[in-house]
Parts: sequence; structure tokens; C-alpha cells
Amino acid sequence: MADVLEVDSVSKRYGDVVALRELTFEVRAGELFGFVGSNGAGKTTAMRVILGVLAADAGDVRWAGRPLTLETRRGIGYMPEERGLYPRMKVRRQLVYLARLHGMSPAAATASVDRWLERLGVAARGDDEVQKLSLGNQQRVQLAASLVHDPAILVLDEPFSGLDPVAVDVMSQVLREKAAAGIPVLFSSHQLDLVERLCDRVGIVRTGQMVAAGPVDELRATGSRRLFVDAPRADAGWAAGLAGVRVVSFDGGRTLLELDDGVDDQDVLRAALATGPVREFGERRPSLTELFRHVVSAEESTVDSGGRA
Amino acid sequence: MTERSEGMTGTALGTWDAVRLVAGREITTRTGSKAFRITTILMVVVVVGFVVLMKVLSGGDDAGSRIGFAPAVAPLAAAFTSVAGAVGENVTTSQVDEATGEQQVRDGKLDALVTGTPTSLRVVVQEDLPDGLNSAFTVLARQIALNDQIARLGGDPAAVNSAVGAATFSLQTLEPPREFEAARLLLGIIVGILVYLSIMLYGQFVAQGVVEEKSSRIVEILLTTIRPWQLMVGKVLGIGAVGFAQLVVVVVAGVLTGLATDAYTFPSSIAGGAAFWAVTWFLLGYLTYALVFAALGALVSRQEDVGSVTAPAIMFIVLPYLVGISVLPADPTNEFAAVLSLIPLFSPMLMPMRIALGVAPAWEIALSIALSVTLIVVLVWLAGRIYSNAVLRTGSRVRFRDAFRTG
Repeated sequence: MADVLEVDSVSKRYGDVVALRELTFEVRAGELFGFVGSNGAGKTTAMRVILGVLAADAGDVRWAGRPLTLETRRGIGYMPEERGLYPRMKVRRQLVYLARLHGMSPAAATASVDRWLERLGVAARGDDEVQKLSLGNQQRVQLAASLVHDPAILVLDEPFSGLDPVAVDVMSQVLREKAAAGIPVLFSSHQLDLVERLCDRVGIVRTGQMVAAGPVDELRATGSRRLFVDAPRADAGWAAGLAGVRVVSFDGGRTLLELDDGVDDQDVLRAALATGPVREFGERRPSLTELFRHVVSAEESTVDSGGRA
Repeated sequence: MTERSEGMTGTALGTWDAVRLVAGREITTRTGSKAFRITTILMVVVVVGFVVLMKVLSGGDDAGSRIGFAPAVAPLAAAFTSVAGAVGENVTTSQVDEATGEQQVRDGKLDALVTGTPTSLRVVVQEDLPDGLNSAFTVLARQIALNDQIARLGGDPAAVNSAVGAATFSLQTLEPPREFEAARLLLGIIVGILVYLSIMLYGQFVAQGVVEEKSSRIVEILLTTIRPWQLMVGKVLGIGAVGFAQLVVVVVAGVLTGLATDAYTFPSSIAGGAAFWAVTWFLLGYLTYALVFAALGALVSRQEDVGSVTAPAIMFIVLPYLVGISVLPADPTNEFAAVLSLIPLFSPMLMPMRIALGVAPAWEIALSIALSVTLIVVLVWLAGRIYSNAVLRTGSRVRFRDAFRTG
């Protein structure tokens, strides 16, 4: 596996505050990697370390097995958390300038800028100053800024925040395309449903550590087994007698149960049928949001610190 | 995949290509701005205004006063011209009849009309006779009276006059003579103001530009592609090129206006030299302060803080300028100003004024340039270090000591 973006045991502290604690994960070529975590968990710090605008205290960032240099970083498309564009510079001119700083020739830069402005639906605003655009359109220009130089890696900090639904769709599509073209795409987001839908793999960060990382389905399969049963005539205590079964929630016969290992779900079904008709019966996997809440709120001592991808 | 890898290695951007790109952006965005056009026009207007003022202060005398002589007193015209010359008045004389002459005085075509008789002169003016002409006429009248007396005593007025005219004295000066004509003083003032304004304006553009990149956060994107020093140097050189071009336009406009209106009472090479030194000292002063301002600007993240963080440096620009503009015109050889003009941070504001006034010896000019260049070299290193350490730190103001130490 040559083309892998590896973040290897990266640590960073600001004074007494530990921002990253041996953070380790990798993003493979052609993969969409969702980076989630609460505010202050270290996502932005990690991205800034990858981009080299922040020096890590320890650890390495490698691309295709070699440490990133200014030259290789020039091939990264980056969208910082705090958006950055010259407010009083015209959109097209600004994007051409940024593309040229990434090493493109004037002709290639101009062609690429026009292509992306068209694609992102802001071609008509090319000759306006950035500050005259709506926030949503500024966001599209910002995305264009991270894409114009045909990046070999994409690192986007909260690319979806502030976008309208149409722009979210455009952005999602662009990210998928880029991944399909063989680029590793790393992005952070608080919109977990979006991450769940979009990403091949997800990493959950807490206090500077990767606490869970892997394909979304795999992550959801971990943890306790849960069953959802809809038995309208059942009373609140219908499952109380079953060994190894706990009631998580009960709402007029709609019951969520947590099963210990080794408990036969068919026993549960029989108990449910004993109360009357059963409208629904099935395994309920936690959503990414539930998983996130669970992982993030977990006590530090229970965390598997070797959360390698 | 191979296509991607090529993209990665194909992003060659030479060290100076990056600097050139950054400088190019500064030049195109700034020269295209309305602010640039307005300041250029204003500075040209101010300089042309000064040159015209120079012309008014000195120029009126060049053409000389026009004096008409009525036929009865026409023989006195030659004597009057030489008397006027002796008291420093330049005159042109003409012969007119009394009525026409009076009309011409009324119309402003003549400054004065001389009528009456050789022994009883009458001078007709519109309102007022200038002091210089007043003395000339007084001397003329006295000489006529004297000639009359000499003739009456049996002497030869011509012989007496030539003997008197030949009498002279020898002059010994304890210091080399320095004549500070009004025009020359004005030249010094113009140069002082121009260099001061340009350094102030473009130096602060650098601070504002640095903070603009910090406050808009674009610096984070820029620094994923180029090194901090490339961004800083590109910005300083780009803004400096704009300032240089503007100053050259203004200075050339001033020199040409002077030549066109014949405003110089001194050789035009002096005006040209003053212009050359003004531009040279702008470059030295700009580079000095632009580097200081770049480092100071990097310490703050908001435009509102630019003023307070750059205030100490601004004092260093304002003080020598105030000394120069208030002391030098009255006392060009002032020792205090001379000493200050040798100190690198102060030289850019004072030395060009002293050069324009013609009071700076070559060795002082050479020494001040050498010291300024040395300081610039030190500042490139110092400012580069502070800028690199502070430019990515957003939020509260970065302490000078922290910016210097870390990294």
C-alpha cells in the first residue's frame, strides 16, 4: 500500500493543554475518511499538523511512506476551519493566484479555475470581490480554492458547515468523485448522518486520541447487541423475566432491549409473542450519532487507547 | 494513481518564483485600486503646487520689473538700470509717451512710469512701489542731485562717478558662504515631505497587508504552499515597487513642472540630484520600516490593533521628520539635525532634506547609506524570524519576546 497518508503517533501540547496525544490513523488513496469528535477534541490541530502550518511536538506525517515536505504539501488541497480568502480580491483572480502558488502555469491555472467555478455554480461571480458574495457562495469559492490545483490529497476542515442543501449535495458529489479518482480524502464534520452516508471509514477523536476508527458498519457492529420489538399489547414489564436482557426504553409496546452475549434472540421473540401480536422485531445497530455519544462520553479508563485504523 | 503522483512532483515552484508571485499580486491589486490613483494624484498636485510656489517666491524677479520712461527723462533709463542692478533689482526699460505709459500702468503692462524732468522725477505706479524699486529711484534721484552739485562746484560728474564706482572693499568670510534662497529651502521641504509621506504610507501598507492575511486567515492557506519568509519578502518588495513607481511619477512631475515654468533659481542639476536622492532615501527608509512593520503586523490578528502595535515605529518616522521640517528651513546647518541624519532609523527622513539643501558633505551621505544598509541586512534576519514565528498565531497579540524566542 504505497499511497497512504499516515499520521503516526503525533503529539502536540499548547502549554499545559494536551491537544494531541499520540494520534495515529491513516487515510488510504481513494478513501473518504470522516473525522469526528467534539469541539476541542483535536481535529483541527491534527489537520494543521498534516498541512505543516503547525509543528508537532512528536510523531510523523507520511505520504506514500515519506515524510511530508513543503513540496509534497503543495499538492494537498486544504480548507482550513476558519475560512481564508482575501476579502477584497476578485474571485477568479484570487483562485488563479492560489493555483499558481501551488505551482500551476498561468494557462493551466486559469482553465482549472474556470472549470471549478462552473462546476460549483459560482462562475457568474468570478469578477466580484469575495466579500460581496453570500457566505454560502464564499464557501463554494473556498472549496474551489482547495481543488483548483488538482490536489493529490484533500484535507477539509468542516467543509459542510454553512452550506445550503444544494451545496451539500454538490460538495458530497465532488468528494466522492475525488475519492473515486484515487485521492485520499480526509474531512471533519459534526453532521454525523452525512459522515455516515458518505464515508468509507470514520475516526472518532477524543481529547487528542483516536478512540475508534474503521468502516462505519464495523463500528456500528461493535458494542452491545440491541433488539427492537414492537408488541402493542405488551406491558412495561414483559421482558423483565428474561435472563441477560435489559430494557433500554419502553414506549407503549415499542421496546428497545440490550442483550448480553449468549442470549438467544428467539427466546425474546417467543416472550414477545406471548403478549400478543408482534409488529416488528429486529436487530437495531447504533447509529453513528449514538456510537459517537457513547464513545465520547465514555470514561477515559475504558477507552482502548490503541484505536488504530 | 500515477497521474496523481505526477501531480505531486509536478508542483515545482522555484524559491524566487514564489516571491515574484506574491510581489506580483501586491503590485496588480494595489496599482489597480482607487486609493492608489487618488494618492498619486494628490501627491502630484501637492508637489506641482510647491514648485509653483517656488516660482512665485523667486520667479517674479527673473523677468524684471518693467519701467516705462517718458521722452523727457528717457536719457536716465541707462543710469537707472545700472543703479537698480546695484541694489539687486532686475529691470527692463522702455520709452513711452506719458499718456500711453499711464494707461499701461493702469493695465498692469508696466510696473512703473517715470515722467517729470531730470531734476524732478515723478514715478507713476498703480498702487505701490516695491521696496527694491523704491531704493533704486531714491539712489537715482540722489545721484542726479549729486551730479548737479559736482557740476556746480566745477567738477566732472562722470569722473567722480567712475572713481566712486571703482571704490570697493575686500571681504573675508570666516565660514564658507551659504546662500539659502527661498527656492532652495522649498526644495528641501518638498523632498522632506515626499520621502516622509511615502515611507509612512507604504510602511503602513505592509503592516496592514500582513494583518489582512492574518485576520482573513488566508495566511494558513498561503503557508501550505510557500515559506513565511517568501511571503514576507514578496509582500515587502511588491508594496515597495508600487511606492517606488508612485514616487518616481510624483518626483518627475515636480522636476518637469519646475523646468517648464523655469521655477529654479539654481541649476536644474540640483533639482535632479534632489529628486534622485529623494527616491534613493525612500527605498532605504521604506526597506527599513517595511521590515519593522511586517514583523510588528505579524504580532496582531485584527486591523484595529495595527495602530497600537506600530505606534512606536511610527514615532521613529515622525520625530526626525518634525525635527527636519521645523529646524532645517530656519537653520540648515543645525548640528543636532546633522547628527540625527547619520543614525540609520532617522537618516531616511533627514538626509534627503539636507542633501536638497546642499549642506550634507559626501562623507556623511556615504556613511549614512552604509549604516542604513547594514541595519536593513540585520532587519531582514530579525523581521524574518519574528514574522515566521508569529504569523500563524491568531487570537491575542503575540508578545515580542515570544515571537523572537520560539522556533
